[in-house]
Amino acid sequence: MNQSINIIEVEGLSKKFGDFYANDNLNFVVKQGEIFGFLGANGAGKTTAIRILCGLSKPTSGKIKVANFDVYKQTEEIKKNIGYMSQKFSLYEDLTVEENIEFYGGIYGLKRKVLKEKTNELLKKLKLEDKRAKLIKEIPLGWKQRLAFSIAIIHEPKIVFLDEPTGGVDPVTRRHFWDLIYEAAQEGITIFVTTHYMDEAEYCDRVSIMVAGKIIALDTPDGLKKTYKSQNMNEVFLQLARTEE
Amino acid sequence: MKAFKGFVIKEFYHIFRDSRSLLILFGIPIAQVILFGYIITTEISDANIAILDHSKDAVTREIIQKTLSSGFFKLAATIERESEIDAIFRKGIAKEVLIFEPDFEEKLNKGESPSIQIIADASDANTANLLVSYASAIIQNYNREQMQSRGVPMQIEARIRMYYNPELKGVYFFVPGIMAVILMLISAMMTSVSIAREKEMGNMEILLVSPLKPIQIIIGKLMPYFLLSFINAVSVLSLGYIVFGVPVNGSIVLLLAESMLFITLALSLGLLISSIAESQQVAMFISMLGLMLPTILLSGFIYPIENMPMWLQYICHIMPPKYFIIIVKDIMLKGVGLEYLWPETLILTGMTLFLIVVASKKFKTRLA
Repeated sequence: MNQSINIIEVEGLSKKFGDFYANDNLNFVVKQGEIFGFLGANGAGKTTAIRILCGLSKPTSGKIKVANFDVYKQTEEIKKNIGYMSQKFSLYEDLTVEENIEFYGGIYGLKRKVLKEKTNELLKKLKLEDKRAKLIKEIPLGWKQRLAFSIAIIHEPKIVFLDEPTGGVDPVTRRHFWDLIYEAAQEGITIFVTTHYMDEAEYCDRVSIMVAGKIIALDTPDGLKKTYKSQNMNEVFLQLARTEE
Repeated sequence: MKAFKGFVIKEFYHIFRDSRSLLILFGIPIAQVILFGYIITTEISDANIAILDHSKDAVTREIIQKTLSSGFFKLAATIERESEIDAIFRKGIAKEVLIFEPDFEEKLNKGESPSIQIIADASDANTANLLVSYASAIIQNYNREQMQSRGVPMQIEARIRMYYNPELKGVYFFVPGIMAVILMLISAMMTSVSIAREKEMGNMEILLVSPLKPIQIIIGKLMPYFLLSFINAVSVLSLGYIVFGVPVNGSIVLLLAESMLFITLALSLGLLISSIAESQQVAMFISMLGLMLPTILLSGFIYPIENMPMWLQYICHIMPPKYFIIIVKDIMLKGVGLEYLWPETLILTGMTLFLIVVASKKFKTRLA
């Protein structure tokens, strides 16, 4: 892993909705190829921050660079360099596996030939070759998730944002999913992932924990466990969430 | 551009794989035209007519003979005075009266154009219209035959009068109305529902995070429906023409251009609805209540606007379909052009521009 380059730089990020601070002075950097866990309870401000990093919404203040592009002025550039997958995994149910791949590859401007190769490669990797003409609604949830992830990185982005990508699936399926994430990280894609599941937090290189719009802890999972004298990430999280309340 | 093409193709997949949207797209227009058409159409043969012959000469006898042997008409009464006509209609003795003016043959020989009045009971507007056109066709035929045998141009004039319903409301009127309803339904409702679905399923997020520009997403969403709506406009017109003989007297190009204007308007309405509605159900509900009902009830399609209370008439004036129906009706039936229809066209254009601006503003602010 090349962890010398900063791929995301956030300095003093704040986002205000009226009088309410959804994000309050966030500061962090994410290194290239890192798996960065972005944790927090519902309503802690994770989604707001992700939307800003993806160029969907402008911050109230702060200096933020994503893939070395400015979030105020260069959102078009940012969009070309990131992938995104959310909890609703955004594949079209009434399109086939292959059509979904083609569609999403197409909107990222992949050339027809490249796209064909990529499609075959991807189907092979996911062992979905015999299901390429199946409608998405006919394939199981776990497959859908992995397919959605593979599609989110089909244009070889520098960063992929995963907003609670594993909602509603069992631990075994989650584990399979994380194999794919590791593989992508090995290839140099930076992973920015939010999750509720503390077992997933253990898989991350570094983890930030957000409570009420602020980042109150940021370290490796082991570091966090040591600092808060906990057995696992779950305890860390509960401690932190409690102290803030 | 390639990304955009893929987007449009995807949209067609959605449409053609959903049996519900297919039904709305193709089933409803056909069903509506056929239903409305047949409700007011009746088969015509042996229709009762009455004849008032002021001349009683060789020519009038010949024309009467031709009319009665055509198979369409049956003599129900011979009358002597105009004042009897009303009674004939009211008692239902005949549906149509032919009146030959005095000195018919003499005028013809002098090179004048004697006239035959064709009066129809237009309370059943569709039947009246058919009867009148059959009768005038027979007279036209006679004209032509005589011209060939005598070698002199002669002109028997057919003067048509409709009793009770001079504007023939109801007849051809259903085609313009149905066009408005269908274009509204497909353009506005289907787009708003399809965008709402994209939001509901979380696909919209991905599209917004992608390098596609919002304007590309909007146009990519709207274009397929624009195309399908246009096809539907054409098929409603063709169905009306083929099945029911509803003509387009004016310029077809103008008619189609006006249809495109109205489709654009309906699409921007759909876009506006989808920016408010978070789910497909809500989008459907708003379209139904906010668009379909006014289009049917407040546009003059079924209920004449002049008969409504004043406050309701004011509301009708801000209903886009009202102007579209006027335009379509006038082009199709009166055959007039833009020189008469520019006020309505201007109003529709203004409304369209206004809606486009509001809808795209709304759509964009939702992204921030």
